[in-house]
Amino acid sequence: MTATPLLEVQDLKVSYGGIQALKGISLSIAQGELVTLIGSNGAGKTTTLKALAGLLHPTSGKLHYQEQSLLHIPAHQRVANGISLVPEGRGIFARLTVEENLLMGAYVRSDKAETAADLERQYVLFPRLAERRAQLAGTLSGGEQQMVAMARALMSHPTLLMLDEPSMGLAPLMVEKIFETIRDISAQGVTILLVEQNAKLALEAAQRGYVLESGAITLSGAASELLGSDAVQRAYLGA
Amino acid sequence: MDIFFQQIINGLVQGSVYALVALGYTMVYGILGLINFAHGEVVMIGAMVALAALQALLAAAFAPVLAVLLSLLIAVAACMALGYSIERIAYRPLRNAPRLAPLITAIGMSIVLQNLAMMIWGREYHSFNLPFTSNSHHLGGAVMNDVQIGIVVVALVIMAGLMWLVHHTRTGRAMRAVAENPAAATLMGVDINRVISVTFMLGSALAAIAGFMVSANYGIVHYYMGFMLGLKAFTAAVLGGIGNLRGAMLGGVLLGLIESLGAGYIGDITGGFLGSHYQDVFAFFVLIAVLVFRPSGLLGEKLAERA
Repeated sequence: MTATPLLEVQDLKVSYGGIQALKGISLSIAQGELVTLIGSNGAGKTTTLKALAGLLHPTSGKLHYQEQSLLHIPAHQRVANGISLVPEGRGIFARLTVEENLLMGAYVRSDKAETAADLERQYVLFPRLAERRAQLAGTLSGGEQQMVAMARALMSHPTLLMLDEPSMGLAPLMVEKIFETIRDISAQGVTILLVEQNAKLALEAAQRGYVLESGAITLSGAASELLGSDAVQRAYLGA
Repeated sequence: MDIFFQQIINGLVQGSVYALVALGYTMVYGILGLINFAHGEVVMIGAMVALAALQALLAAAFAPVLAVLLSLLIAVAACMALGYSIERIAYRPLRNAPRLAPLITAIGMSIVLQNLAMMIWGREYHSFNLPFTSNSHHLGGAVMNDVQIGIVVVALVIMAGLMWLVHHTRTGRAMRAVAENPAAATLMGVDINRVISVTFMLGSALAAIAGFMVSANYGIVHYYMGFMLGLKAFTAAVLGGIGNLRGAMLGGVLLGLIESLGAGYIGDITGGFLGSHYQDVFAFFVLIAVLVFRPSGLLGEKLAERA
């Protein structure tokens, strides 16, 4: 990596309620990469994403995106800068229709014609949602809700898309479908930071990976190497 | 039968006012989970400002109709500024405090506004007369005057407009999204503080209009008028299901009807033992009954459900 990375995190520390959830992590993501952050429950994966999205405020550390510090940019403005997070549990608006959910994704955009075209693009990517566009999002199945959450994030035209446990609670068939879509989105040039408990699937999809344990990064490297490493095998792949 | 129709008309008129005020309670509750007990005082200040503006405009020889419309607009603008300020000063610093803190602050804000109004406008009743005669119309055996017709029509138009705004505009969509899940709305790029400010301003605009209506109908304003009106509109919001816009409108109209029919017939029912001045009892009887038998209100969902 010779070019300046899209996202550069240095020695990021986050604590809440006196507990240090992140003990100084550093990572970087280049434009167009698909990077995964794996680790067990409570390792700090979600905390990392929330800090990047601006929902949590780090106690110290550096956060650079497109060569500018993010620290003083509020969460809602980071979306306009191209950072989009699909949160754990999806965070869909159950009482809004599928289409209204997608339009919420385009909230920061003012180009109406482009937005309408984008909406149709999401319906091509997720045909299931096209059938259910007028339905309340709360009535959809978990997999369909995950599709809504991802399509909604894409509506903001993200440069950096962060996904928090997209496979959580989904049937195996649906998990495969979601990962297929993640690969598609990545192929379109969107930079992706993927947080997953399903380490195997995540490492198979990603180019690089970081392993997070108790708030610190313990391993990093090419996804294929991590997939083959003994430590990862033992801890996360049950080998 | 004549009394019945007359009471229905009175109930609809009063219910329209309740509905507008109840919408303000329910919108704020929907987004913040806060009962804004100062909302009744916003209605009162709307009425006071409207009266002051009306008198000044008439003194400046404005045409009567123009003076009425302008004074209404001035009251709306003043209340929007007031609602915005109340949220900024009193509620925003307590956004992450335990729920009791903003509730107590709301009651405190209500007392502050009442006393402020008393200092500015005094303790006495002021008469609020429109600068034109309100003709009475006979409908069957009942009577309805121009002001009452105006109240019902304006309330309907405003409620239709509000529903359109909430369901068919970008801002309305953002309001519903924030009400359901503020964190997720932030991730969509919604500035939550802005949406909350807009909500307070919208609710306060409705309060100003309601204050104007109720003053024009009764011909009187007083620094204490917001207290009972606010409490009843809150009851209406609870009756309809707090947090639910349609519920607030339904609850407002229903409460107006219940009160009016109750006051009309309580004398007959109790053989003259209780008179129509017991009108206020009905609203609170309704409140207690709703809280006991259907705490989520007529159109409300489970109370615990707040994202």
